[in-house]
Amino acid sequence: MERQLDYVLRTVEERGVRFVRLWFTDVVGSLKSFAITPAELEVALEEGMTFDGSAIEGYTRVQESDMLALPDPNTFEIVPWRGDDAPAARIFCDIQHLDGEPFDGDPRFVLKRNLERAREKGFTFYAGPEMEFYYFESAENPVPLDRASYFDLTQLDMVSELRKQTIITLEAMGIPVEYSFHELGPSQHEIDLRYTDALTMADNVMTFRLVVKEVAQDLGVYATFMPKPIPDAFGSGMHTHLSLFEGDVNAFHDPGDEHGLSKVGKCFIAGLLRHASEITAVTNQWVNSYKRLGMAQVPGGPAPIVGYEAPVYVCWARNNRSALVRVPIAKKGKESSTRIEFRSPDPACNPYLAFSVMLAAGLKGVEEGYELPPEATNNIFEMTPEERAAEGIGALPSSLADAVDRLERSELVAEALGEHVFEHFIRNKRREWVEYKAQVTPWELDRYLGSL
Amino acid sequence: MTGGGDDVTEPILVYPDPPPPLLAQTLDLAGYRWKAVANASVATQDEPSGGWGGAVVCGDDDPEGAFGICRSLRKRDAPLEPILLLVSGAQLGDLELREDLFDDFCLSPFHPRELEARLRHLHWRAGRSTSASVVEYGELALNVETYQAAIGQRPLDLTYMEYELLKFLTTHPGKVFTREQLLSRVWGYEYYGGARTVDVHVRRLRAKLGEEHAPLIQTVRSVGYRFGLTR
Repeated sequence: MERQLDYVLRTVEERGVRFVRLWFTDVVGSLKSFAITPAELEVALEEGMTFDGSAIEGYTRVQESDMLALPDPNTFEIVPWRGDDAPAARIFCDIQHLDGEPFDGDPRFVLKRNLERAREKGFTFYAGPEMEFYYFESAENPVPLDRASYFDLTQLDMVSELRKQTIITLEAMGIPVEYSFHELGPSQHEIDLRYTDALTMADNVMTFRLVVKEVAQDLGVYATFMPKPIPDAFGSGMHTHLSLFEGDVNAFHDPGDEHGLSKVGKCFIAGLLRHASEITAVTNQWVNSYKRLGMAQVPGGPAPIVGYEAPVYVCWARNNRSALVRVPIAKKGKESSTRIEFRSPDPACNPYLAFSVMLAAGLKGVEEGYELPPEATNNIFEMTPEERAAEGIGALPSSLADAVDRLERSELVAEALGEHVFEHFIRNKRREWVEYKAQVTPWELDRYLGSL
Repeated sequence: MTGGGDDVTEPILVYPDPPPPLLAQTLDLAGYRWKAVANASVATQDEPSGGWGGAVVCGDDDPEGAFGICRSLRKRDAPLEPILLLVSGAQLGDLELREDLFDDFCLSPFHPRELEARLRHLHWRAGRSTSASVVEYGELALNVETYQAAIGQRPLDLTYMEYELLKFLTTHPGKVFTREQLLSRVWGYEYYGGARTVDVHVRRLRAKLGEEHAPLIQTVRSVGYRFGLTR
């Protein structure tokens, strides 16, 4: 630890860092930051910096508002996008009470606590999310770049510049990526983050969202992780690849099994499936999230648009992209890459809490030895509700209100999030739903005003 | 008293136990603190918290035992340096192909002042070599005093563990390390994130080194990693 602190202090000095940004996360996953000078850094590293927690969503009541942000020296990074003249640095913080006790409302602490539980059972939890997002002209004007007329000439240059700058910046911050375009057009993009342990990955997701937005802003456009910004186009998901390792061994892999899946792997999937609807409010935490997930077939209505690929039904399959859990077939000789893909989360979630509940649901399956239901083979979207019921395939919550109701009854989530976050999260989401319900939407005006 | 033992803070390991009386007397007079050990496991057991301040291994009575203890001292994660070996004239031939087991040798029976001078010189050299502040490989340079890394003219901004891993690899070019070796030697035993941590950090380092220099860290299939370019 001593040497790590020394490393941070020396680097700040050598690189002429002018500001160090202390980063942490509120209950809904917004990145919070305050800057300190290098002169304050040494004390901050040893004792933490005091700040007023009452201003942070989901933190404290006013009467106990002072909190400590204690930087985690492992996460010290020079921030590469502010120019080289006066480099800035960032460092993630753990939040503590003034007496040094960890603060239960800190999402990073929630994840650490869940990872510790996994570790007590000998497991390390790895995650690799696929981040999808849109570029628009601006936040006020959600016109995709490929439809904005004044981009016509330069749109391809713009997109390749966005792509290049984003990759360079991410890699400079130690976040290796794979980049891909969507067929839909240059406006929706997908960047896959190479797996790491879940704590590092949650930090990476926070960094990632900021980098994507900063680079876009530098180039005069707007990037958004809103789950469903355009009604008749793909929503943005965060399909997350998950695996457990026992030491150096992939605990999901069993060479003797027909799917290459171990008992642990199967139980983990079963846990995710059984608790999926309880954890959905966390993995999909906004009113808008359910416009991505909610592509279920209207009884007697037109067939749903195939290819939006957002899961709705709770089932698993190896190669069916409408399933909630997909088991990618591990390549020969790459058995250690055996993993499962959880397809419901969206990129506007709080990654610390989302990874926490995914892990808790899966681990519960492992602890209790849940039985894995049979693989879904038919395209579930094409089945009638009766057929689905016959196969025991349930659906994810269809709205935020529905999701919060299910979450509120979940002991698993209450335990995984801890009482403090559980309480604040539910209250925050109920408030959001009440505000949403009070709206009269353009759709309603359009539909009703002229005829009623 | 000047020089000699005053500059070496940790006790010197002496083999065998008890050592020849002249050796004990010479070390005492030169001001060295020392401790005799009978075998390799005692050497580990009795090791002071700051590590041994070097070793004097006497091989003229029991050459097998002496080479054995040298080997065990060198084979550790942090090889013990410096090692001064005492051999008789008849054993000089045995030194061949064992050059890696000692830093210098002295003929036995020895002259106390020669032994003292050699020991002092070894410590001076060891002290100097550990203070070499820049480790270089091709365009890559790491300053171990300021913790700064650069490739060509471009500074590499690394996290602490990335820096430690790169420093370790750069100082052992061409050698293949397993993930477990890297974990125990770079991270120590208190690491976070499990055995895949090494792969994660290697990937991060490669990303920061950039496409051109990423091949400096090579994956050795089903073994681990090796640093450096193969010809």
